[in-house]
Amino acid sequence: MSTVTQRLNDDWRRFIDSDLFYSFRRSPITIVAFVVVVTLILAAIFAPWIAPHDPFDVSTLSLLNSELPPAWVAGGDPAFLLGTDGQGRDVLSALLYGARISILVGLASVAFAMTLGVCLGLLAAYVGGTVDALIMRIADVMISFPPILVALLINGVARGVLPPEMQHDAVIFVLILAIGLTTWVQYARTVRGSTLVEKNREYVLAARVIGLRSRSIMAKHILPNVIGPILVVATVNLAIAILIEAALSFLGVGMPPTEPSLGTLIRIGNEFLFSGVWWVVIFPSAVLVLLVLSVNLLGDWLRDALNPKLR
Amino acid sequence: MIAFLIRRLLQGALVMLTVAFIAFSMFRFVGDPVTNMLPQDATLEQRTELQERLGLNDPLPLQFGHFVTNAVQGDFGISYRNQRPVSDLIAERLPATMEMVFAAVVLSLVIGIPMGVYTALRRDSWLSHLLQGVSLAGISVPTFVTGILLILVFSVWLNWLPSFGRGEVVEIGGWSTGLLTVSGIKALIMPVITLSLFQITLIMRLVRAEMLEVLKTDYIRFARARGLTNRAVHFGHALRNTLMPVITITGLQIGALIAFAIITETVFQWPGMGLLFMQAVSFVDIPVMSAYLVMVSLIFVVINTIVDMLYFVVDPRLRVDAGKNTTGA
Repeated sequence: MSTVTQRLNDDWRRFIDSDLFYSFRRSPITIVAFVVVVTLILAAIFAPWIAPHDPFDVSTLSLLNSELPPAWVAGGDPAFLLGTDGQGRDVLSALLYGARISILVGLASVAFAMTLGVCLGLLAAYVGGTVDALIMRIADVMISFPPILVALLINGVARGVLPPEMQHDAVIFVLILAIGLTTWVQYARTVRGSTLVEKNREYVLAARVIGLRSRSIMAKHILPNVIGPILVVATVNLAIAILIEAALSFLGVGMPPTEPSLGTLIRIGNEFLFSGVWWVVIFPSAVLVLLVLSVNLLGDWLRDALNPKLR
Repeated sequence: MIAFLIRRLLQGALVMLTVAFIAFSMFRFVGDPVTNMLPQDATLEQRTELQERLGLNDPLPLQFGHFVTNAVQGDFGISYRNQRPVSDLIAERLPATMEMVFAAVVLSLVIGIPMGVYTALRRDSWLSHLLQGVSLAGISVPTFVTGILLILVFSVWLNWLPSFGRGEVVEIGGWSTGLLTVSGIKALIMPVITLSLFQITLIMRLVRAEMLEVLKTDYIRFARARGLTNRAVHFGHALRNTLMPVITITGLQIGALIAFAIITETVFQWPGMGLLFMQAVSFVDIPVMSAYLVMVSLIFVVINTIVDMLYFVVDPRLRVDAGKNTTGA
């Protein structure tokens, strides 16, 4: 028991002394971005407990409360801190649940794209030849198209293939699939590049000489050595994934209004714009921008901190 | 040069064939084209007749051949929803999108290049830091949020600019333009700003990075040693070399702009191809979707090829390198 705590303690010590933590401590903007991201993620995880109202429980909604402005504006109700939308839904609560879905879809599609891209990149570099050529040509074609267009097409095709009764439940998976299939290329290219270098190193040759199978050489020997740059790609891509999801939902092909993400909330708010009800659209937009900006800042920092050229 | 040209054209043709295959598979396998094209109460005879006429009973490679032949002639079939030829729908919508994209490209170059040059030359001025900070925010604000904010401020609160449509348009030889009327120009302002904001920051960052790089090179030191004025060094020597990658990126970004136009057009209800495509996606109108895909890919491939050629023509060093590669390989 004490050895375990001892080791944890050592790891912690090593982390505190590391270059990474040093450069983190030295960059106030990064610390702010980190705090914002962590706060938003915590708020999203605990949305059901901290949201003042349940925005999806129709029985608690009252049209008498519709289109109330934020609490600090004249006519606002302190019970609805950020005001309400056209159905009397609390904007703050809807926001917390919306951020939850946006972050969930973002993380899930990054995980999916990363798995797909890393596997294909490893395979392309390690096997080489026709497999490599085929995978990388597909990647070339995919990356030459803007992600939003590819995601729209995959999304459109998926909805055409699925039977109508399944569409509502499947929509979140269709989104993750569409965003994941759109963004795997960068992971594949990064992994392929570093694998091409690693695969000629002595330790790989040694592993091959003792007769390990290709699969375990790839997974257990090469992968740990090429995973570093992937984390940077993943952070930057989290922002991109969240943006694509928001754009798709805003365009009306993403999350439905019954299960809104931030993009859906902005779409709903957009319809109220001309009646001067600005709070329904401004707050989701602000949270989305804050989230994406913070993740981008973290990605920028991580890229510079892990880049030995800049030290 | 000729070998390079042929290789590029072959590559482009291959990409277009792949795209055509995807478009064809969408048409053939997503939903049943016969059911989609006929009214609900169609008889069995009508179905078999249409099936025969569409050639759905032919072997698949032959069907794909027909699809490509028709697509080359601009025939993408009939829209499921409007029951009109897809090519007509696209031809109607093309000018609106192209005008908006063109204006956005011009705006992003006119604003982005000077901003990039300024931030590179005066790295430590407060304005440079401000522009750098704003540009990072610019990358993180999604297009539709920019559009909504502009509408809120300039249409709802100030009531200065229209929030939707193209305003009055003038027909010139089948091309409808909004650039000749006051209401057309007014309607163009906000969509173009929305569309170009991201590009402005992109070009600014690119010009800045390139300019800083170029200013460190030997030939700039030489130019200074020759006693040239700052002005001549910066604009006559440095900027010219900086603009090379800017040409490439601008060319490649035109394609991205056409795709981003989908969002901008939805926000501003701009009657262009993007809005047409969005309507097609929500109604699963496959012929329109596949035609849009083929059209946009074609624009992409053509622009990419032209940019590559341009590079070749502008930069003599590339010709030497490419020559070595072809003999070496």
